Amino acid sequence: MTGFQTLFYKEVLRFWKVATQTVTAPVVTAMLYLLIFGHVLQDHVQVYPGVQYTGFLVPGLVMMSVLQNSFANSSSSLIQSKITGNLVFVLLTPLSHWELFGGYVLAAVVRGLIVGAGVFVVTAWFGQLSFVAPWWIVIFALLGAAILGTMGLVAGIWAEKFDQLAAFQNFLIVPLTFLAGVFYSIHSLPPFWQAVSHFNPFFYMIDGFRYGFFGQSDINPFVSLAIVATFLIVLSALAVRMLKSGYKLRSGAH
Amino acid sequence: MAALQINNVEKHYQSLKALGGVSLSIEEGEFFGLLGPNGAGKTTLISIVAGLNRADSGSVTIHGHDVVSDYRAARSKLGVVPQELVFDPFFTVRETLRMQSGYFGLKNNDRWIDEIMDNLDLTNKADTNMRALSGGMKRRVLVAQALVHKPPVIVLDEPTAGVDVELRQTLWKFIGRLNREGHTIVLTTHYLEEAQALCNRIAMLKAGQVVALDSTEALIRRISGSQLLVRLKQGALPESLHSLLTHPEELLAGQKYTLRVTDYNDVEPILAALRAAGAVIDDMQLQQADLEDVFIQIMEGAK
Repeated sequence: MTGFQTLFYKEVLRFWKVATQTVTAPVVTAMLYLLIFGHVLQDHVQVYPGVQYTGFLVPGLVMMSVLQNSFANSSSSLIQSKITGNLVFVLLTPLSHWELFGGYVLAAVVRGLIVGAGVFVVTAWFGQLSFVAPWWIVIFALLGAAILGTMGLVAGIWAEKFDQLAAFQNFLIVPLTFLAGVFYSIHSLPPFWQAVSHFNPFFYMIDGFRYGFFGQSDINPFVSLAIVATFLIVLSALAVRMLKSGYKLRSGAH
Repeated sequence: MAALQINNVEKHYQSLKALGGVSLSIEEGEFFGLLGPNGAGKTTLISIVAGLNRADSGSVTIHGHDVVSDYRAARSKLGVVPQELVFDPFFTVRETLRMQSGYFGLKNNDRWIDEIMDNLDLTNKADTNMRALSGGMKRRVLVAQALVHKPPVIVLDEPTAGVDVELRQTLWKFIGRLNREGHTIVLTTHYLEEAQALCNRIAMLKAGQVVALDSTEALIRRISGSQLLVRLKQGALPESLHSLLTHPEELLAGQKYTLRVTDYNDVEPILAALRAAGAVIDDMQLQQADLEDVFIQIMEGAK
């Protein structure tokens, strides 16, 4: 195996060994969301014509799980390795910054997609789903997972304690996901919040992903794709730059 | 070409000067000791060599490869045993060692992994999770991890701190073998008798500066000779010997004297002088200077 393959394999093995916590738990949580929101709102909300609320909710929950778990994988791996000190085993090797980036982000994508698939399998029963444009589903799932995996990498490098990482997660990632239209269409928001939502990159990921199911979305999927892809490129450039400079990783605490 | 070449390396932490222009050239096959009190800059220097830290100025090359601009080649030639007892709690010993091999791009490294485990008495712990190992066993795995890619240069940062006698012997036997096979060893330790027994050359660091650099024998020779401890049952030290006293205040208490001697040849004239003065010896000891004396003298001299 090359160094990159090894890091990728190690990162996948790391979450797979504790799959109850890293895969099963988020699937159960998503199912609870579906049961509660679906049951309460099913007869009260219709977002798209001809689409039941539960059916609308399923893709949103799947994507939310993909995003949150991709972020959790790279960020928790890095902060744990930093705090326990075993990151040194990776830093002492000839792995380049591109390999480090690829290894962490790809493993995060795998975790996001496995959890997303799990959520889909247990929730798809409850809603009437169609698959109008399956490639959009795949593309947005991959890009969303890669973006959040990269954000996790950046947060994991930046944070020096669990506390700081939790702040990043609770005050940035969770609000951005919840306010991205997982549970509603932004057209049901007042104009001001609709406008604000357009500055949230997570909104385009979920909207584009949902387009793949229903062929209906708030935004043209090509526009969403362009925005999401640009966001990924900018974030990746930042992450690779951080790794290359050794920011907070090779500055030495001694 | 030197195995490890350190050129005028400087490192500051805010106003603290951790390394003030350190230069060292360590040849292939050396067993090199890096000594100094806590805070002298040993670990900072090693971190810079290993790429865990960056120097403010100066350069480091490993077998000719610069640790910053040519880091991939440099790191593949270097194995570092870190001072802190760190481990990844997710994996077993064998998984840990396979993974470390993989990072260096090595496939099918099991034969060498088995040999390392055998030499470090880890074989029967191969499938044990890292969390379940004792401190000593974790230390062995740390050493094993540094050796998976057979690095020509091996750096051990205080590998025997808080380690039992058995592990020390196992470790030095294996590291000694690797050194005889041509690996360059760089060791930092606070156990000076260990450095004296193992290292062919020693650098002493104080406050970020190299204050001594010489072969181990030459360093020990710097301390002028040895000491003769004499306790008298009867009589007093004759005046002719007063100039040899290392602690003249011993004259006040009487009976016990410490005399400076160069070697065994100096002992006989002292005994003759004592006999002539009618003194009777109760006890006598000749103490050789060792690395600890040199260390203390150099550290005090460098104040």
